[in-house]
Amino acid sequence: MIPAQQVIDLALQAAATFGRCDETIVIVSDRAEASLRWAGNSMTTNGVSTGRTTTVIAIVRRGDAAHLGVRRSSVVDTDAVGPLVAAAADAAHAAPEARDNAPLLTGSGEPADWGDPVPGTGVGAFAEVARALSAGFRGNDRLYGFAHHVVETTLVATSTGVRRRFTQPTGSVEINAKRGTASAWTGVSTPWFTDVPIDAMLEDLSTRLGWARRTVELPAGRFETLMPPSTVADMMIYLGWSMDGRGAQEGRTALSAPGGGTRVGEKLTDLGLTMYSDPLAPGLECAPFVHTAAGSERLSAFDNGMDIDRVDWIRDGTISSLVYPRATAAEFDVTPAAPADNLLMTGGTASLAEMVAATERGLLLTTLWYIRTVDPTTLLLTGLTRDGVYLIEDGEVTAAVNNFRFNESPLDLLRRATEAGVAETTLPREWGDWATRAVMPTLRIPDFHMSSVSQAQ
Amino acid sequence: MSSHRTGSRGVDSDFLALPLNQLADAALSAAIAGGASYADLRVHAITTEIVQLRDGELESAVLDREIGLAVRVIVDGTWGFASHAGLRPDIAAESARHAVGVAVTLAALNAERIELADEPVYRDATWVSDYRIDPFAIPTDEKVALLAEYSGRLLASDGVDHVSAMVNTVKEQTFYADTFGSSITQQRVRTMPALEAVAVDAAAGSFESMRTLAPPTGRGWETLADDTVWDWSVELAELPSLLAEKTKSPSVIAGPTDLVIDPTNLWLTIHESIGHATEYDRAIGYEAAYAGTSFATPDKLNTMRYGSPVMNVTADRTAEFGLATIGYDAEGVAAQRWDLVRDGIFVGYQLDRVFAKRLGQARSNGCSYADSAHHVPIQRMPNVSLQPGSDDLSTEDLIRRVTDGIYIVGDKSWSIDMQRYNFQFTGQRFFRIRDGSLDGQLRDVAYQATTTDFWNSMEAVGGASTWRLGGAFNCGKAQPGQVAAVSHGCPSALFRGVNVLNTREESGR
Repeated sequence: MIPAQQVIDLALQAAATFGRCDETIVIVSDRAEASLRWAGNSMTTNGVSTGRTTTVIAIVRRGDAAHLGVRRSSVVDTDAVGPLVAAAADAAHAAPEARDNAPLLTGSGEPADWGDPVPGTGVGAFAEVARALSAGFRGNDRLYGFAHHVVETTLVATSTGVRRRFTQPTGSVEINAKRGTASAWTGVSTPWFTDVPIDAMLEDLSTRLGWARRTVELPAGRFETLMPPSTVADMMIYLGWSMDGRGAQEGRTALSAPGGGTRVGEKLTDLGLTMYSDPLAPGLECAPFVHTAAGSERLSAFDNGMDIDRVDWIRDGTISSLVYPRATAAEFDVTPAAPADNLLMTGGTASLAEMVAATERGLLLTTLWYIRTVDPTTLLLTGLTRDGVYLIEDGEVTAAVNNFRFNESPLDLLRRATEAGVAETTLPREWGDWATRAVMPTLRIPDFHMSSVSQAQ
Repeated sequence: MSSHRTGSRGVDSDFLALPLNQLADAALSAAIAGGASYADLRVHAITTEIVQLRDGELESAVLDREIGLAVRVIVDGTWGFASHAGLRPDIAAESARHAVGVAVTLAALNAERIELADEPVYRDATWVSDYRIDPFAIPTDEKVALLAEYSGRLLASDGVDHVSAMVNTVKEQTFYADTFGSSITQQRVRTMPALEAVAVDAAAGSFESMRTLAPPTGRGWETLADDTVWDWSVELAELPSLLAEKTKSPSVIAGPTDLVIDPTNLWLTIHESIGHATEYDRAIGYEAAYAGTSFATPDKLNTMRYGSPVMNVTADRTAEFGLATIGYDAEGVAAQRWDLVRDGIFVGYQLDRVFAKRLGQARSNGCSYADSAHHVPIQRMPNVSLQPGSDDLSTEDLIRRVTDGIYIVGDKSWSIDMQRYNFQFTGQRFFRIRDGSLDGQLRDVAYQATTTDFWNSMEAVGGASTWRLGGAFNCGKAQPGQVAAVSHGCPSALFRGVNVLNTREESGR
C-alpha cells in the first residue's frame, strides 16, 4: 500500500484537477488488528488483519446551500483514488441540499507527525498475555476470553487546509472463568498491551468463584445494589449516546423537558457527580478532532477536523450539555459540543471494599448484558446481570445469587443513587465492542429494580 | 442432499475481473509450503449504501465498498488467519505466511485439534441470488427522492411531528477457494427499508412513535420502488391514524395474558430464543465469554421438549429471498434445509465443518460465514423459521379464540440472557382483544418469558396464508464482533398466559 498521506495528496490533487466541486474532504484510516480468542482452556479463532478506508466527501455550494457527496472505499490501488473522487463529485452534484451545512474549517498546515509512518500491531502484542494465560489454562477452572488489539491511524485533510492526524490504540483483555456452575468475569482496557495483569485477573476470578461456594436463590424485586464501575459505565454510555441536542429540543427523547425545551439544568443528584468526555484524559486519550463520513444527529461531515474539547455532560449532578454539531447548535442558539470517544464520571472516595463493608444486606453486581431501550420517553433500559451476582450480608460477600433481568433508566439511577465510590478505569462489558475507554465510580442504588429471575448461569 | 438455486443473473464483471485464481494459487501454495495441512482463500467484497432522511431532508448518504482477501489455515491442528486489503498475489502469499505464523505461535495453547467434516468438491461453481433491480444501479438521488416522497406522505398527516426514513442496501460478492479443490464465486443483494413517525406532546414532555413493518429482504430495489413487494401505499396511509390512536390508548394492565403474535413481531422472538439457542458453537462454550452459551446442550438433542406439539422449526439456507440464503457457505459447503425442532422436540443444530465433525455428523449443514474479509468465518445462523399449521387458520381465527388478550404487531425492543432462557420483547402496535375481536390499542406493553415456557404455551399456529418472512441485517456475534443478515419466517401464533409487563410501572412511574 502506498502511504496514507500519499492517498490524501492524490485525492486532493484529483479533486482540484477535476474542478467540479467547491470543497473536498479526504479521510484515510489505516487499521491493523490482532485478536486471540479462547474457550475451555484452548485457543479457538485467532488472526491478524491489515486494512485501509478512504473517504472522499465532495461539496458543491450553490448560493447559501451546500450539496454533499460521500464515497468510501477500502480499495488500496492507486488507480482507484481518481474514480473515488469523481464518484463523490457526481453524488454531490446530484444531492439535495444538506441540512447541516456549515463552512469548512480552515487549517494551519500539517502537524509535526503528519508524515510519520503509521504504527501497526500483530500477534506479538500478545506474547506476555499468552504466557500468563498458559498458566491459567493448566489450572482447574475453565477459561474463556478474548484479547484484542487495534491500532488505527486516521488522517483528515480538506481542500481548505485542514490537516489532522491521530493514532488510536485500542486494546482489551476479557476473561470468563467457570467452576462447576459458577461463572465470573474480569476485563481490562489496555491501549498498548504493556501492562496487562493477567495473574491478578486470574486471582480475582478465583476469589469470585470462591464466593459462589454458597448459593442463594432470590426472587425478583427491588434490592439495595452496589453497581461496580463496569456496570455503571454500560448504563452511562447509553445515556451519553442518548444526549443528542436536536432530539431533545424537538421533544422526542428522554432529555426533552415537559413544556418544551430540554432537561439541561435539571438536577439529577446531590452526590456532586460530573460525567464528561475529554480526549486528553490520561490513559484514555482519543481523537481530539471530528472525523466522520456520515452525518447524524451527533456529528456533521462539515465539522471534519473540528476540535473536540472536554465537555461536561452532567456537572455537579446537573445536566449541563447535549451533543450539537455546529449547524444544529446554530439552529438552537447553543454552543457546539462534540463527544470524545471516552466517558468519565467523577465519584467519591470509598473503595468498593469499603462500600461492601458498609452494606448491611444487598447485592454486588459484576457485569450487565444485552441492554436495550424499553421506553425511550424515560430511557428505561432492560438487560441482565451476568457472571456474578453476590449477596452482601453484614458487610461481607457471603454467597452467589441467581441472575436477574432488570428494568432501569440511567437517569433514574442517578436520581436515586445514595453513594458513589472512587472512580476508576474500567472496561464496559456490554459496549466493549465500541467503547473501551471509561472511568466510572461504583454506585449504591437503594432499590435497583430486578424485574424477573434469569435461569442463566 | 444440497438444494440451492441460481438466479438468472451473473456475478458483476468488475468482481470477475479481479485476479481471483492467481490470488488463490498464491495463497494456497504459500500456505502449504509453510506447513499448513489445509488452507482456504476468500476474496470478499461488500458494497453498502445507507441513505438516511430526517423530516424529509437528507441527513446522510454514504456509499461504501469494502474489499479484501482472507487466508485461513490449519497448521498442526490449530487455526491461523490473516487478511489484507491488497489484492495482489504477493500480498495473498504474504497473508498466507502470516496466517501460518499465527497458527504456529499459538499451537502450544491449543488443546483441541481442528478437523473438518468432508464435503464434495465444487469446482468453478457460481451462485447469484434472485433479485429484480440491482440497488446499485439506482443513483443515490433517486433513493433520496423516494424516501423524501414517502416521508412527505407521513409528515402531511395530522399528528405526525417528525419522520425518520432510511434504506440500507448491500451487495455481497465472494470468491472462495480451498486446498480440497473447490472454487466458488457468489453474489447476493439485500435491502432494508424503514420509516418511523413520531408524535410529540410537548406540554406533557412525552412522545410516541410507530415504525413501518416492511421487513428487510434478500431482494433488490424492487423492495421500495413500488407496491409489488410491499404495499407502501397502504402502510403509509394507515400509519398516521394508527399512531394517533396509540397516543390516546390506555396503558396495559400487567399480568399473565393470552397473546396472538403477528409474524412481524414473532420473527425476532424466534431469532433470539430458537435461532441463537440452536447454535452448536454456543452450546459447547465457544461464545461463553461474549454472546453466551445455550440451554439447548448436546445431551438434550432429540429428547428435550422445546415447545408444544404444534412447534416445527426449520433451518434453511435456500429460502426464497432469505437474508441468509446462499449457494455455498464460507467453507464451501452447499446450502441445505433441515429441522431444528420437530413436533416440539429439539432435533437439530447449526453447524460448520469443525462442529459437524465434533458432533459426529458426516457433513456440515453449511452455517459458516464471515461478515468481511477481515474476519474469521464462524458458525452463523441460517434462516430459521416456524412452520405454519396444516389447518390453515387465519390470524382472525386465532384472535377469535381469545376472550381477553393482546394482538402484537411489529418488533421494537428485544433482550435475552446469555443462555437464552429469559427474554423480554416490546412491539410497535398492541391491539386489545375482547371476546374474540380487536378493540383498540394499548400502550406500554412488554412481554417477558422463559424460552421453553413460552414455546410450550403456544396453543396454535396460523396457516400458510399468515406466514411472513421477517429478519434483520445486524445479528451480532463473536469477537471481534461480526454482523450477519438473517431471515425468519413464521405464521401468526396464539400463546396462553404469557407474562405481560407495563413498562411505565417497570420504570417506577
